[in-house]
Amino acid sequence: MNTVVNRKVRVDIDNVSLAYGATQVLRDVSLQIEPGEFFALLGPSGSGKSTLLRMLAGFNQPQTGTIKVDGADITGVSPWRRDIGMVFQNYALWPHMTVAQNVAFGLEERKLPRADITRRTAAALDLVGLSDYGARRPNQLSGGQQQRVAVARTIAIEPKVLLLDEPLSNLDAKLRVHMRTELLALQRKLGITTIFVTHDQEEALSIADRVAVLDAGVIQQIGAPTELYDHPVNRFIANFIGTINLIAGAVDATARFTSPLLGDHRIPVKSGLSGAAELAIRPHALKIIAAESAASETLIWLDGSVTEREFLGEFMRYRVEAGGNVFTVDMPHFGGQNHTVGARVKLGIDPVTVTVLPAA
Amino acid sequence: MTQRLSFTHATIALVIAALLILFLLIPVATVIYVAFTNSDGSLTFSHFGSFFSLTLMRESFYNSLYVGGMSVLISSLISLPLAYFTMRFRFRGAVLIQTLGVLPLIMPPFVGAAAMQLLFGRSGSVNLLFNDWFGFGIPFMEGLNGVIFVEALHYFPFILLNLTVALANIDSAMEESAQNLGASGFRLFRRIVFPLAMPGYLAGAALVFLKVFDDVGTPLVLNVTNILAAQAYLRITSIGIDDPIGYVASLIMVIASIIALWGSTWLMRGRDYATQQRGGSTLAKRELKPWQAVFAYGWIILVLLVVLSPHLGILLLSFSKVWSYSVVPDVYTLDNYATVFRDSSGMMANTLLYCGLAAGADVILGTAIAYLILRTKLAGRQWLDLAATGAIAIPGVVLGIGYLRTFKDFQLPFTDEPFTAFWLIIVIAYAVRRLPYALRSCTAALQQLHISLEEAAENLGASKNRTIYRVVVPLMAGGILAGFVTSFLTAAVELSATIMLVTAQSNAPMSYGIYLYMQSIAGRGPGAALGVVAVVTVAIGTYFSNRLIRSRAAGQDSNPLNTGAHA
Repeated sequence: MNTVVNRKVRVDIDNVSLAYGATQVLRDVSLQIEPGEFFALLGPSGSGKSTLLRMLAGFNQPQTGTIKVDGADITGVSPWRRDIGMVFQNYALWPHMTVAQNVAFGLEERKLPRADITRRTAAALDLVGLSDYGARRPNQLSGGQQQRVAVARTIAIEPKVLLLDEPLSNLDAKLRVHMRTELLALQRKLGITTIFVTHDQEEALSIADRVAVLDAGVIQQIGAPTELYDHPVNRFIANFIGTINLIAGAVDATARFTSPLLGDHRIPVKSGLSGAAELAIRPHALKIIAAESAASETLIWLDGSVTEREFLGEFMRYRVEAGGNVFTVDMPHFGGQNHTVGARVKLGIDPVTVTVLPAA
Repeated sequence: MTQRLSFTHATIALVIAALLILFLLIPVATVIYVAFTNSDGSLTFSHFGSFFSLTLMRESFYNSLYVGGMSVLISSLISLPLAYFTMRFRFRGAVLIQTLGVLPLIMPPFVGAAAMQLLFGRSGSVNLLFNDWFGFGIPFMEGLNGVIFVEALHYFPFILLNLTVALANIDSAMEESAQNLGASGFRLFRRIVFPLAMPGYLAGAALVFLKVFDDVGTPLVLNVTNILAAQAYLRITSIGIDDPIGYVASLIMVIASIIALWGSTWLMRGRDYATQQRGGSTLAKRELKPWQAVFAYGWIILVLLVVLSPHLGILLLSFSKVWSYSVVPDVYTLDNYATVFRDSSGMMANTLLYCGLAAGADVILGTAIAYLILRTKLAGRQWLDLAATGAIAIPGVVLGIGYLRTFKDFQLPFTDEPFTAFWLIIVIAYAVRRLPYALRSCTAALQQLHISLEEAAENLGASKNRTIYRVVVPLMAGGILAGFVTSFLTAAVELSATIMLVTAQSNAPMSYGIYLYMQSIAGRGPGAALGVVAVVTVAIGTYFSNRLIRSRAAGQDSNPLNTGAHA
């Protein structure tokens, strides 16, 4: 890839649906992926994210709706005519070919001149740092190396769009973190529009420009990672992205959240919500102090007691019982200043850092 | 492992080793020894010189290779489209494929050969019709063609079944990634699918080659004597047990078989594609385009018609009084059945006795060897496996000759009868020849049994022996039964060793009876009737054992540990 001039293309998915019998796999899914974007499809297993990716590759056909790449409708085009490269979850390296033969495969199918094939194969292997491994067989490589060969094989054809199907799920934890930064660097270098499927929210949040969260075949929310984390639109997103504490209540006529648990405290709600609602608070947005300590006026304080604690290195995770609710609270860990299980504490909620969601 | 336990294991291993040495290694070694020595025991290569100086022997050598190779080729041409269409397209032929798979088990080629002559021979049904319609015939059954035609039709399922399994084991992502990179249609098949299915294909092809090379009945029934198996048989039975040419022919047969087996594994060394990690989804079967559907269904119907023709022919023949120069028999009768039940009921009883004993011995040996291999660290245990499995490379005629030569001077105690004339030697030959099949069933059954099931029993206080008795054997029962049935059924239609070892009608099994009848035109009717009896017996046996095995397997499927070890 001496010529990193992959023209960046956009992908438009419009009202795509698919059902197997009574099982609705995808319902009316619409997505616009910008040219050159690193886009993640995130969801639990069975959410339809892999089906959607396979539709882009042409292995599944939508029953309704269209898929456009670079403005051209590709619905119904055979997989081998799409020029959309896919890296498979288990890499799918052909064991009867060497690494170089694997990488050259797509170029040979495109009937390129021999010299070009050799040059581009070498360039692709070079790009993933495996120049010396061309003569090996896939089963002589480590998991991480196999993953790189799979990537090299796909980018060698200079696809319009790159699809990654849980590419890191078969690697051990440390390698996974390393490979994801490598993938991101490669994507930035090539500028290729990339769609990445994962069930790992940390993975999606850490490398994607934008994330679409799917559940039960429906897109729940699309947005930048920070947006999803800070402003989840519903309980599913709030729970799926990170950890969340929920307080049941309602939005009253003055657009303020009330709950028996909060007593007289009312929290203003900016969105147009009304009726039954839930207050969503991240564990790190809560605070606990010893029951006898002086409490700041800016927070809402509840009386509670510590029922469990877990030491997670950077912070201590407490479970605090207050007013019949159990809250998860993350407090920075300072030597010797931790609360013990059974301790009476005050639990502080900062009204500025909370989100109000419609009740599920 | 305790001292006493390993002592028990070693004793069992030694007993099995002794049996294998006595009844497999020594007889084969004797054949090799005789091929290389003069009558005074001195080393010589002159027998090979005389062998290849005889035109008939050179011809037989080339013919055997030609028939083996062509049978593999024809079998492949039949199997490849069938396997590919059923595995990759929405196609209603899958059930038929399964049916085709058991046909060679049910009827050996030599039984159908006579019927094939009547159907496809120069003045057989098909050529009579062809001559009527088009004014020409096709020499299906002329000379070696006939042997190739009959063998390929009988043995192609070995390739078909192996190929089908191999195709099913290819991870769908392997093909999808090729499509994703631009491959489709025949190129996809040639570059990805077929190479990945190659181990299965080669295993099947080697098996077909072995079976064809081993088969002495088919050429003899078709009156083809210029091939190696027939020559080995004829030299020893007509010229005598000391004729060195027969031993050279035998040795060449063994070498060719070993090369076929070893070659197929050597080509695929280190390429166990089937155990590659598998992705989640199974490959979506594609719709056939109209012309593909016409071809696929046309092909399978044609194959099915031809494959069933020997069975149909035998059935017709068994009910016919006169059948010559006509498309179907002219006069029908039940006399043939009356004849065989009157004259050959002893042979039927012999078959049940011999095959029952042989299959029983096989599963006992198979279970013991499987256990020693998979569950003990006994030194040299893989040699047991190798020796037992190696029997597959020894043609029946060769084993028979080896027995006759090795035991020719042994007398049975208390009688003057020579050991080689005693019926038990046929049982031993069956047991040795079918041991590889039984062993494979038992090994597979034990492999699927997760070791933790045994450890749990031991943890709860069961000794090794009690664990084997209460946990291992009950859970292996399906596999053991499958091994018994395979051994029994294939022994029931064995002819290659039988033909060498039968000394009198009174100790002959059914397979020999069918062969004897088929020798004369007049005997074809009764021969076919006996064939039908054998086929029906075998078919009923297969059906019931399949049902039994399936119901057991269904009960065990719910156990997640069953496949845990090898998932």
